[in-house]
Amino acid sequence: MRYLRRLYGAHPLHLVVVLGCLALAGHAALGTRVNPGWMLMAIWFAVALVAHDLVLFPAYASADRLLVGTFGARGVNYVRIPLLGSALTFALFWPGIVRQGADTYLAATGLTQEPYLARWLLLCAIMFAVSALVALVNAARHAARRR
Amino acid sequence: MTRTVRGRAPEEAAYGFPEPLWRALARMRPPGMGRTRAWRSPIRGRWLTSVFGVVLLVSLPLVILTGLLDYLAYGPQFGQAFPVHTGGLRLPQFDWPTRPSWLFRLTQGLHVGLGLVLVPVVAAKLWSVVPRLFAWPPVRSAAQALERLSLLALVGGILFEIVTGVLNIQYDYVFGFDFYTAHYFGAWVFIAGFVTHAALKLPHMLQGLRSRSLRAELRIPLSETVPEPADPADTETLVALDPAAPTVSRRGALAIVGGGSLLVAVLSAGQTIGGVLRPAAVLLPRGRSYGDGPNDFQINRTPVAAGITPEMAGDGWRLTLLSGRPVPTVLDVASLAAMPQHTAELPLACVEGWSTVQTWTGVRLRDLAALAGIPEPASAHVRSFERNGAFGQATLNAGQVLDPDSLLATAVNGEPLSLAHGAPARIIAPALPGVHCTKWVSSIEFRRT
Repeated sequence: MRYLRRLYGAHPLHLVVVLGCLALAGHAALGTRVNPGWMLMAIWFAVALVAHDLVLFPAYASADRLLVGTFGARGVNYVRIPLLGSALTFALFWPGIVRQGADTYLAATGLTQEPYLARWLLLCAIMFAVSALVALVNAARHAARRR
Repeated sequence: MTRTVRGRAPEEAAYGFPEPLWRALARMRPPGMGRTRAWRSPIRGRWLTSVFGVVLLVSLPLVILTGLLDYLAYGPQFGQAFPVHTGGLRLPQFDWPTRPSWLFRLTQGLHVGLGLVLVPVVAAKLWSVVPRLFAWPPVRSAAQALERLSLLALVGGILFEIVTGVLNIQYDYVFGFDFYTAHYFGAWVFIAGFVTHAALKLPHMLQGLRSRSLRAELRIPLSETVPEPADPADTETLVALDPAAPTVSRRGALAIVGGGSLLVAVLSAGQTIGGVLRPAAVLLPRGRSYGDGPNDFQINRTPVAAGITPEMAGDGWRLTLLSGRPVPTVLDVASLAAMPQHTAELPLACVEGWSTVQTWTGVRLRDLAALAGIPEPASAHVRSFERNGAFGQATLNAGQVLDPDSLLATAVNGEPLSLAHGAPARIIAPALPGVHCTKWVSSIEFRRT
């Protein structure tokens, strides 16, 4: 058993679990052979991974470093938090904001996606305004304590 | 795990067979890879990752389970759940119940709502472990190589499910393939990765959670935040070599992620809870108001899109009841109105995660079944006048036909149905998926088998 462990690099049960995983995932992938097509599914899986790990992550990490450099440890969160809120809502609700899928939207709801961009901008403005207000209050309290 | 053998690195760091190969790989480190000084977050560490991990471990099974239930609610035994052919991934099938009437509202609301709310947690979890993606050597043994492969199913799976789900609830079919099929098989890939990851990492996560007290952590402000202690022998540590000064405490990071989830909850709960909360879903299709008349609630297919004209719903409208008799029973609006009427308050709930509760009036489906000569049908097949589209017809199981609140509704909130809501008659039944609440009904075939 110890020899097996050395050879494989983990307990044999590890092998059972991982092979089970690959078998199930492979079986599911087989199910997509005809519809929607395993190639197309694989491309979307790969694009999702690359977009998150090699595009989104480096982008937001660099942006965050830039923010910390610009606003300093004390000020950065007043920008970082509303920015995170804006980015999160944009990431989740961008079809409406950029009006993608307008035809299916209209066919389903009988409405257009016209209001979303303005609503999202307003939401961002509110988040930044609240953050600025909190920053002001904190600065005032800080100044008062110093005096 | 920290046991060392003759002064060598601990077991986790050991190389498997063939050792020279893995060691050679380790020596070929490309610039930027590995535990470099570029990773500077002072709060990354096993404890923080374990906290995000335990939240997902508890909540994601609920998303998975409700998703699979939604598939079953569509009635795979009638070939109307997609994908129709699931191969070996066939779920145990049963007749979807009609009680409680809010059952489907609950399962789809939880699936979509919780799925959305967990997006910030998933993002945070991925952020917390991202240095491992760039670890070098990427693997030290066959075991690690296989485990890394399973992570493709885990991370690729959750990202794929989030992206397709988020696009679907906003009617954005930019991906160009069948949503149901892709989301179903994608889910199984994710389930494979999730179960494996949970099984292999559970002890590690529990150790991580025990390494610090959550209650104590919640009292540590930014000024006292220091990195988690790094075990120098742990080759998989997430703790930075050269941590930057903290700009957020660990409790602050948890608050930011929790705040993100709360924000998403506020922006999405209204589309299924409705009432005063509905307008809060400002960025989703189902937070919108159609006005405040009796017929002013959510529509999921306009008459124009369905090819329905007002004439088709006018005096010339006929309902055909089929039951295997040589001459079918044909009813017009007046004869339908002459039958006993029943009123029920029922939700109209869609798999896209929105719902609305209305008061419906019409003829009981079981009365129509009796009229057609099959008082206890095994199922009923409903057809619509609607052209094009996958949902111009639906099969209801026996329970869905015979429930006393299952109606061929002709009125809602005391007013005749509007054309957009399926005038002159539509199906509404407790816990029935919205897509099977067929509008503009043309015929109902009651079946003995």
